[in-house]
Amino acid sequence: MRKEIRLSGTGGQGLILAGIILAEAAIHDGHEVIQTQSYGPEARGGASRAEVIISDEAIDYPKVGVPDVVLVMSQEACDRYAAQVKAGGVVVVDETNVKSVPEVQGARVVRLPITDIARHEAGRQVTANMVALGALVGIAELATPGATERAIRERVPRGTEELNLKAFGLGMERAREAFGAA
Amino acid sequence: MAMPITHYLRTSKMPHIWCAGCGHGMVLGAVLRAIDSLGLDKDQVCVVSGIGCASRAPGYLDFNTLHTTHGRALAFATGIRMVKPGMKVIVLTGDGDAAAIGGNHLIHAARRNIGIATVCFNNSIYGMTSGQYSPMTPTGSYASTAPYGHIEEPFDLCELVYAAGASYVARGTAYHALLLSKLIAKAIATDGFSFVEAITQCPTYYGRRNRMRTAVDMLKWQKEHGVPVASAARMSPEEMVGKFRIGELGTRTRPEYTRRYAAIIEVAEKGEAERDA
Amino acid sequence: MLRKAGARLMQGNEACAEGAIAAGLRFFAGYPITPSTEIAEGLALLLPKVGGRFIQMEDEIASISAIIGASLAGAKSMTATSGPGFSLKQEGIGFAAYTEVPCVIVNVQRVGPSTGVPTAPAQGDVMQARWGTHGDHPIVVLCPSSVAETFTLIIEAFNISERWRIPVIFLMDEVVAHMREKVVVPDVNGIPVVERPRPQVSPDDYLPYAAGEDLVPAMADFGTGYRYHVTGLTHDQTGFPTTKRPEVDALARRLDGKMKKAAPHVTFVDELFADDAEVVVFAYGITGRAAAKAVRDARAQGLKAGLVKAKTLWPFPDEHVRRLAQRVRAIVVPEMNMGQMVREVERAAAGMAKVVGLSRVDADPITPDEILARLREV
Repeated sequence: MRKEIRLSGTGGQGLILAGIILAEAAIHDGHEVIQTQSYGPEARGGASRAEVIISDEAIDYPKVGVPDVVLVMSQEACDRYAAQVKAGGVVVVDETNVKSVPEVQGARVVRLPITDIARHEAGRQVTANMVALGALVGIAELATPGATERAIRERVPRGTEELNLKAFGLGMERAREAFGAA
Repeated sequence: MAMPITHYLRTSKMPHIWCAGCGHGMVLGAVLRAIDSLGLDKDQVCVVSGIGCASRAPGYLDFNTLHTTHGRALAFATGIRMVKPGMKVIVLTGDGDAAAIGGNHLIHAARRNIGIATVCFNNSIYGMTSGQYSPMTPTGSYASTAPYGHIEEPFDLCELVYAAGASYVARGTAYHALLLSKLIAKAIATDGFSFVEAITQCPTYYGRRNRMRTAVDMLKWQKEHGVPVASAARMSPEEMVGKFRIGELGTRTRPEYTRRYAAIIEVAEKGEAERDA
Repeated sequence: MLRKAGARLMQGNEACAEGAIAAGLRFFAGYPITPSTEIAEGLALLLPKVGGRFIQMEDEIASISAIIGASLAGAKSMTATSGPGFSLKQEGIGFAAYTEVPCVIVNVQRVGPSTGVPTAPAQGDVMQARWGTHGDHPIVVLCPSSVAETFTLIIEAFNISERWRIPVIFLMDEVVAHMREKVVVPDVNGIPVVERPRPQVSPDDYLPYAAGEDLVPAMADFGTGYRYHVTGLTHDQTGFPTTKRPEVDALARRLDGKMKKAAPHVTFVDELFADDAEVVVFAYGITGRAAAKAVRDARAQGLKAGLVKAKTLWPFPDEHVRRLAQRVRAIVVPEMNMGQMVREVERAAAGMAKVVGLSRVDADPITPDEILARLREV
């Protein structure tokens, strides 16, 4: 088993944290894992990208080549990365922020109003990264839900565990519904 | 107490490299009398210097001694003081070493108020490289790199260091040797960063080019131009033109840096112990 | 002490900081610079928990100076920087090499020269790490290729520096520094930690720069009763300046001899399929990871490829490369520079095998496919 995941969007959406939590969940599941990220001078507002490789074997080269799963949470990220997904892979699109999705050959595209779910259903927009993480875990089976929940508890600021877990659960549930329909 | 000065010298390393008439030996004597007056344990004194004539002083002294790179004595001394906060760390430096290449370290050591006593041997010139102008060379002086007369203004080093945050700042001269020794003793005893500017003479490279051919001429100049702070307070700005104040120029009480850091260690270790419990 | 042993996700810079503490680091001075800053941030948090001390100095030169002072006072010391800061620290590195003060200097390489691309990886400082300061001098340069290796190799860096009284440059790159990987943190109590040789004689008999058979003098901490002199001037066995020709010569030759004595103990190389390989890759740092993938892919395609991954860049693993050159057809040297180590490989191979470089200098790491293509060509 080897899976390459790219999480892309805008600085401030918490994608790097989501990548770290996904990687830690995979460690809890007993896998080898590498997480990398793009760096720019800006902490907020610029393009942001986190990548995770999960494998049963030692990972030689740490950079993602052709990802199995792509999350796009901004129009810019969608334009740049959606079409790079591997044949048979999955693109998860935050339709709150992405209005037009380019044609993606041979991969499933799952559209979810991730940021709206965070804002209106989870209760805080900043939990959009956890909704997205739930979507990824729910449909692409990158890590077990239990290991991911444990990783969330260990990483998020104290006192925000329940809020983040709620967002994660919503993402997982809504993604499974959408995936079934996609 | 009152040990002979040779008690603190590595006499086997004599003769020293300083020229005849140089004031650095007079300043160094004042440093050693200050150390003696405080009754310090030689093993617990560390003397650090940079590069230049003054910075050769530690080699002649029987303490833990460190002769570093140009301008960096205070940065090396900061590392020593951080690791051994119980040691008396003394930096001996020159005007080029402290005010030019090492100027950044000087203001930051003062800002941190780290417990280092600094004595700056200010002879207004780069002696070791044979007479180039320094940040302390008076305007209008001649130097090998100012053959038409110097067009820059010197620092008031004491004002600079005090403004940066030092706990103790004073100025003395080689001529006023007893006063200088007292000022240095107070500097070493200060809990925090302390700075003494010691005006000293370089007849070889400054005096000869500036109408003070002998050491005696230069010492006379120090005598006539150094004004004790109490007298200076009664003088008008016009009367002070061309003169400089000697004595204690600034004292204040501020927390010393390594003691502040010790409080951090206490908090951090406690947090760790609680987490492990 | 710190976080417990076991598997966890760790960033390269974090592994550098925690490994250093496991090696006995108790003083760090640094100045913020991308992509090394997380090392300073980590140590600001962690050092006081173990009774150590952290300081952010006013500049890069102050940082190298402060760690040398701290080491003389008895603490294992380190600084961390990147290219521009590494350039600034060179005079201090020479001082540490000449006065034989143990210390570790981390350089997380980024694209250069000058300000370059601060957030992108390169391997352009390999020669500077060896010859950056003026004059002949001993130096050891270690280079990790993974987060786990960063943790174990930084401990070696301290052990080497203390044992041999040689400054050690820890040459990382932006990818290794910033990526997070699963690391199985060993039990700290089981990690071998080396201390500097301390004097076994009384202060009266102590000669601070007189060395025995291993050519390493014993080092007293300031403040322990051994009042001695340390200077960056050329010095004799007593530590005091000298310009006497035989003494100037003796110091230069002892330091060179010390480096040669240390070399077999500090030169680490990993191999993958090298035994029966016909073509091998010589790589280091993050490029070694791409090379490992390329070599596995080549084997899968029936090409007898192998990998030599240098963890020590200096002293250069001459002997290893010489023996390799005797039995392989070609050596490929991929580097994120215009060709630095390839010349050393050529020198050591001495015409016995074809040596081919592969340069990538566009601020992205070399990929396995690029190396595989070159392996197929040679």
